[in-house]
Amino acid sequence: MNNLAIEVKDLVKKFGDFTAVDNISFNVKKGEIFAFLGPNGAGKSTTIKILTTLLHPTSGEIKVNGKSPISEQDAVRKSFGIVFQDPSLDEELTAFENLEFHGVLYKVPKEVRRKRIEELLKIVELWDRRDHIVKTFSGGMRRRLEIARGLLHHPSIFFLDEPTLGLDPQTRNQMWQYVQNLNKKEAITVFFTTHYMEEAERIAQNIAIIDHGKIITEGTPTTLKNQTKTKTLEDAFLKLTGHQIREEEASGIDHLRMRKQMFSGRTK
Amino acid sequence: MNAIYILWLRQLKRYVRSKSRMVGSLGQPLLFLVALGFGFGPIFQKAGGGNYINFLAPGVIAQGILFTAIFSGIELIWDRQFGFLKETLVAPVSRFEIILGRTLGGATIATIQGIIVAILAILVGFRPNIATIPIAILFMFLIALLFTALGTAIASLLEDFQGFQLIMNFLVMPLFFLSGALFPLSNAPNFLKIIARVDPLSYGVDGLRALLVNTSSFGLITDVVILVILTALTLAIGSYLFSKIEI
Repeated sequence: MNNLAIEVKDLVKKFGDFTAVDNISFNVKKGEIFAFLGPNGAGKSTTIKILTTLLHPTSGEIKVNGKSPISEQDAVRKSFGIVFQDPSLDEELTAFENLEFHGVLYKVPKEVRRKRIEELLKIVELWDRRDHIVKTFSGGMRRRLEIARGLLHHPSIFFLDEPTLGLDPQTRNQMWQYVQNLNKKEAITVFFTTHYMEEAERIAQNIAIIDHGKIITEGTPTTLKNQTKTKTLEDAFLKLTGHQIREEEASGIDHLRMRKQMFSGRTK
Repeated sequence: MNAIYILWLRQLKRYVRSKSRMVGSLGQPLLFLVALGFGFGPIFQKAGGGNYINFLAPGVIAQGILFTAIFSGIELIWDRQFGFLKETLVAPVSRFEIILGRTLGGATIATIQGIIVAILAILVGFRPNIATIPIAILFMFLIALLFTALGTAIASLLEDFQGFQLIMNFLVMPLFFLSGALFPLSNAPNFLKIIARVDPLSYGVDGLRALLVNTSSFGLITDVVILVILTALTLAIGSYLFSKIEI
């Protein structure tokens, strides 16, 4: 009866006087790869946080897999996997332990869990490093591990918030290949954000562009290009959102990360 | 249940793996034992107070537990800053299970730390009752539970470490110095006695003394009852604050 994975209607999120998400509505069909694009500070991450139960919306109706992220949190939480924009692994634990932790929290039975962990770690080519502490991993390895982790409980929706940030073309390519494959084989719905427009153009079946908290347009990559009479999605994007560079205030977290990187002398 | 266990296990693994932290947090109690224990020992004895190391050791054990417990609780800020908290918050697990697992893990670590301080104290001359040691360890766990829960509750309110110095100077240090860990409350001025009465650590120190060296100003039953009530209260407030966390 319902072939929608995500339904958003009149969603508003305010932080004090600031309206981060301003009355947006959109739908994502089951089994589709959907790109949610926009400049920095447009409201992408806020929307993802609301969909994934981390933030309460100010108003509006939302459904994830037919369930409400406000009143049916556990049902929603079980149904999606997520790769966050910022790293979210426990660096003091090994690759295996990070996945084991996740599997136990999601109540995946032990035998199934162990089997899937092996499968997934082999796919992301980290099986040989399974007993290494995550602290010793490069940015690409961490990302791969996070992807494996997000899929461990077999979610029906996979959220990826700027998953390819800081990855080299090889890793990026491999990652998308895997995600596309999964989408085809398991009909898993993929919802992702990115700043790489050629990536969105290549991967996404449907796109919504958000700016200043409002959705300005929606459609397939071809529709958006035709609409703006441009050749690439990047040009279409710039035409729609303007050339002005957005300032995003650095939070305390960013400062701390910078300091940590300075001290440890390595980049993520 | 499994979720609580895996959260507990995670805290323990992190503790065992950071050797520097383990060793580092033993420096302070050792300093108190050696400098104060040997420095004030002779005067304490002359004034008729008896063996100062025996008096001091339970206080320093309580201090070791207090510091480790509060830090374990406050570690939540790290998880928040380095993203791991998000991973736990999107999982289909109740907020109460998360905070309970974390708190039990932190409390276990703090108890282990307390036991290590006790062994150090024995090495410098502390002579506790052997028979009551198992009960004393349970009591140490109770102290640890209260202060880990307190640390977690505070951490739920903070977004970064900016307020950390404030917590150290205006909460942790006063809790320790005003608890009667270093001096007998019986001869202290009244205002200090009153302050010690509202300091939860006083009941921890007093209970440890009752169990390990047979001296007590409040009585063991009072100590246990007060600590249990405070722990339940702190856990309840902590879970509420934790459930309000938005990232």
